[in-house]
Amino acid sequence: MITTKGLTKVYRSQGREVRALDDVDLHVRQGEVFGVVGTSGAGKSTLVRCVNLLERPTAGTVTVDGVELTALSGSEQRAGRELRAARQRIGMVFQHFNLLSSRTVQQNVELPLEITGLDRRERRRKAAELLDLVGLADKARSYPSQLSGGQKQRVGIARALAGDPKVLLSDEATSALDPETTRSILKLLRELNQQLGLTVLLITHEMEVIKSVCDSAALMRGGRVVETGQLTDLLSDGHSRIARDLFPLGDFGTGGPDRTVLEITFQGDAPAQPFVSQLARTYQIDINILGAAVETIAGRLVGRMRVELPGSHTDNVVPIGYLRQQGLQVDVLDLSNGAAA
Amino acid sequence: MTWDQMQELMWPATWETLGMVGIAGLATLVIGLPIGLLLVLTDRDGLLQNLAVSRVLGAIVNVGRSIPFVILIVAVIPLTRAIAGTTLGWQAASVPLAVGAIPFFARLVETSVREVDGGLVEALKSMGAGTGTIVRKTLLPEALPSLVASATTTVIALIGYSAMAGTVGGGGLGDLAIRYGYQRFETGFMWVIVAELVVIVTVLQLLGDFAARRLSHRGDYRSPLSFFRSAGEKPKDAEEDLLSSY
Ligand SMILES: Nc1ncnc2c1ncn2[C@@H]1O[C@H](COP(=O)(O)OP(=O)(O)OP(=O)(O)O)[C@@H](O)[C@H]1O
Ligand SMILES: [Mg+2]
Repeated sequence: MITTKGLTKVYRSQGREVRALDDVDLHVRQGEVFGVVGTSGAGKSTLVRCVNLLERPTAGTVTVDGVELTALSGSEQRAGRELRAARQRIGMVFQHFNLLSSRTVQQNVELPLEITGLDRRERRRKAAELLDLVGLADKARSYPSQLSGGQKQRVGIARALAGDPKVLLSDEATSALDPETTRSILKLLRELNQQLGLTVLLITHEMEVIKSVCDSAALMRGGRVVETGQLTDLLSDGHSRIARDLFPLGDFGTGGPDRTVLEITFQGDAPAQPFVSQLARTYQIDINILGAAVETIAGRLVGRMRVELPGSHTDNVVPIGYLRQQGLQVDVLDLSNGAAA
Repeated sequence: MTWDQMQELMWPATWETLGMVGIAGLATLVIGLPIGLLLVLTDRDGLLQNLAVSRVLGAIVNVGRSIPFVILIVAVIPLTRAIAGTTLGWQAASVPLAVGAIPFFARLVETSVREVDGGLVEALKSMGAGTGTIVRKTLLPEALPSLVASATTTVIALIGYSAMAGTVGGGGLGDLAIRYGYQRFETGFMWVIVAELVVIVTVLQLLGDFAARRLSHRGDYRSPLSFFRSAGEKPKDAEEDLLSSY
């Protein structure tokens, strides 16, 4: 649905060059919720702004719903007619809502429809429908200054949906909200994704957001995408940074000559088997549990556990083999692959 | 001087002042608004970025604002004659008044429009809006309360200038005050006229404030006069705003 190839954005200011995006290839599939995480300054905002060309990339292409936007005419400040038409099919939600204070909630939602040239009656009907969808039908005649942050963002979402977009872009839509409101907004996004088949590209710096709504994720650092994939795949990859950040088990414990530290990841119904006690009984070993977490990620139950077995890695080849046979994913943490530490 | 004598002189002068301020004010709004908008739009990173236009326009506005008004009156005499057909009377005085006020108002418009949150422009762009739509649907409506306040300030400034325009043949209250109060030592009459000007200015300010307040839905509009009001008065709160929207 959204594909970027070799996307690069270089900012030049006062003779200094900032490479905000560096050769970014991203693929967001139709109907998924795709999250981009990364520390501040990683280039996340630049990335979304390049997707609807609010920012003209220095190099590379952006294709949304089969239309190569970067091939359409216009400068950063003045978009050509085709690009403007394409933007009407891409909804955008902002961290600070960006609602017009001079307009009521209803009039804010009608705004994109005024731009597409819908007649008054149709606009009314559509706006009412959308406000109902986001649960704000009773606030239609209020002004944004009379709403809470969460309500404002719901208006922002209703407005973004007014043009029946196939794609919704969201830059830190929940960052200005408290945890509970964040959850309700994320739930709304998830519902819209499922009900309308909306493809969502969302930017966040909170792993919680990824965990609760995303199907896929990308991790950015220094303008580059250092990791990307579906969450379920990332979770079964022992070296995934995203997966590890989803499950912060703490820093402690790498193996050594007399102990072996394992990281066991299970998905679906694997935890139904009492593998820890089975292992202890079958091989007569003492198992020390260092940390564990279970979460629902992308709608699946996923757990991770870090355990310590006595003896070196070579002493424990058999028990490890046993665990793998049970369908568990086992990673051995020792000094040589201390990446996890 | 009796009160009747004063009144006989004051009423025509009042109408002259209101006439020249009215005409000059109207011309200033109509011409100054687009100039102020252009100053924002053509500036760096503006929607119609054009640095050449921006610099030339900025320079003209600066020059216009730097010339002392008395000199401006003389300098625009050819223009005054071309437009009004004469250089005497309040109609003619409207011309230099407008010429002086346009750059002043344009700068105020510029400031008001710049205060509109860039995020709103961004939001409109993301909806596929073109420049005209952004100006009509965001920049102007969002800046409206502030624009009304700027217009109020400009009209009040015009009343001040009108006294000067009056002394060089324009008539009006300022002229009256100088001719009688200063030159004929009718100090009492002068103070009466000053009092009348204070009333006019205050009424205009209150009207402007009222309009700006009614137009603002942000609930944070502060009047320049609010300083004089009782400290206990609350800014318009959400409930009141809610009521006024029905
Ligand atoms: N208009 C600009 N001019 C110059 N440099 C910019 C501009 N916008 C962004 N940058 C730079 O590009 C880099 C990436 O910025 P970006 O806003 O995309 O980061 P981010 O990942 O969204 O960060 P945050 O989490 O803080 O929002 C930063 O180093 C920033 O300083
Ligand atoms: Mg950002």
